[in-house]
Amino acid sequence: MQVVPYGERAALVDLDDAGEVVGLRAALSASPLSGVDELVAGARTLLVRFDPARTSFDRVRAAVHDRESGTGPTPGGPSIVVPVSYDGADLAAVAEASGLSVPEVVRRHSAATYTVAFCGFAPGYGYLTGLDPRLHLPRRAAPRTRVPAGSVAIAGEYSAVYPHQSPGGWHLLGRTPLAVWDADREPPNLLSPGTRVEFRVRS
Amino acid sequence: MRKLEVVRPGLFATVQDLGRPGLASIGVGRSGAADRRAFRLANRLVGNPEGHAAIEATLGGLTVRFAEHAVVAVTGAPCAITAGPRAAGMCAPIAVRPGDEISLGAPGNGLRSYLAVRGGVDVPPVLGSRATDTMACLGPAALTAGCVLPVGTPVRPQPPVDLAPQRAFPDELVLRVLPGPRLGWFADDALDALLSAPHRVTAEANRVGIRLDGPVLRRTRHDELPPEAGILGALQVPPSGHPILFLADHPVTGGYPVPAVVVEDDVDLAAQARPGQAIRFSAP
Repeated sequence: MQVVPYGERAALVDLDDAGEVVGLRAALSASPLSGVDELVAGARTLLVRFDPARTSFDRVRAAVHDRESGTGPTPGGPSIVVPVSYDGADLAAVAEASGLSVPEVVRRHSAATYTVAFCGFAPGYGYLTGLDPRLHLPRRAAPRTRVPAGSVAIAGEYSAVYPHQSPGGWHLLGRTPLAVWDADREPPNLLSPGTRVEFRVRS
Repeated sequence: MRKLEVVRPGLFATVQDLGRPGLASIGVGRSGAADRRAFRLANRLVGNPEGHAAIEATLGGLTVRFAEHAVVAVTGAPCAITAGPRAAGMCAPIAVRPGDEISLGAPGNGLRSYLAVRGGVDVPPVLGSRATDTMACLGPAALTAGCVLPVGTPVRPQPPVDLAPQRAFPDELVLRVLPGPRLGWFADDALDALLSAPHRVTAEANRVGIRLDGPVLRRTRHDELPPEAGILGALQVPPSGHPILFLADHPVTGGYPVPAVVVEDDVDLAAQARPGQAIRFSAP
């Protein structure tokens, strides 16, 4: 683990894998450090924003190192079930690239339990870890200019549900009617770091 | 209901406040006024709390009309102002009469001017803020001719101030930088290269960020950076080697390494950089 300054009011913690990010984030959320006002997870990092009037980079770094030893198994976050119609435009291509049949791709994608590692790209866009390693594929060479909201997709080690219509380069496996982001709902997001997600085949 | 009508929005105008801090973990960036210093001053001049919503106009050209008496102030990029038939000054409260149009001319330098109205622009907040986040498509739409904005009720007395002096914008902006978290991904001379010569602001400059054209920052690590949080003022370097300076609507996470960060106090100045203008970076 390495902790480096990021501007005048943040420290960036480098970690080895997504699990460590989720673990450190959970540890720092459970017993917040004085003067720390926000934690922003990345794929292998945790940004710790602090108020320089109340603490300092050195104190944050020391406290983060202390917490690391206490980073154990992650406490369970809230759980949601996402119903999916597996009829995505890239299903056949994913099957071919992974050397699996289409039913096997669907089985593996819907059998796993995922955890939101971090959000980014757009409001409510969660990067879900836990994807079957056989389904780890690089992003599409040519991103689509328009991916519909509710699209269930994979890329790299992640799966995601598109919260809004947007451009996108992930492989589309299917669609869900569940709105993972609804600005009129309080809170608008269903996914935040630590949330457990299961995909269920819609019959 | 008190209100103002947008007669002409100019090149691009939005409602802004101090944004939505603390929501990055659900993928929502802070957004808010690009030049927060100028924005806060505009509110103070009309007796508003600093976080009341105001209009951010890009390269002037904004005209608004009031049906009733109002008090407004214009700060940021200096421009000619008319209030009904009269000329008015920057950084001073302006008394508006019923039916008056307030017009902002094109600024001689600087990019963004702020028009605050006493009582604040009172559109419904989204996630606690009235700011338009152009990246996340949150908050009110960009202003268009004919749109009407509600104006709130004043909550504080009008301050007894005539004018808040403001320093002129320099032709060549100098922004102080600190080493960033991924400086180690770049050649040893990367920071020197960044400081060595001016960088020109390209036409790709908006509320999200400013794409710069100048000395190339050479990367020595070429693997893909896993997405990580970005911050205001970060200089993100894509494979071209030309940095992008993150402004108010920057993405919550980014996939390019950040070798340097503009100090927070200088980001307001960066938000006033115009396409074609030179930016020089300096050590803090």
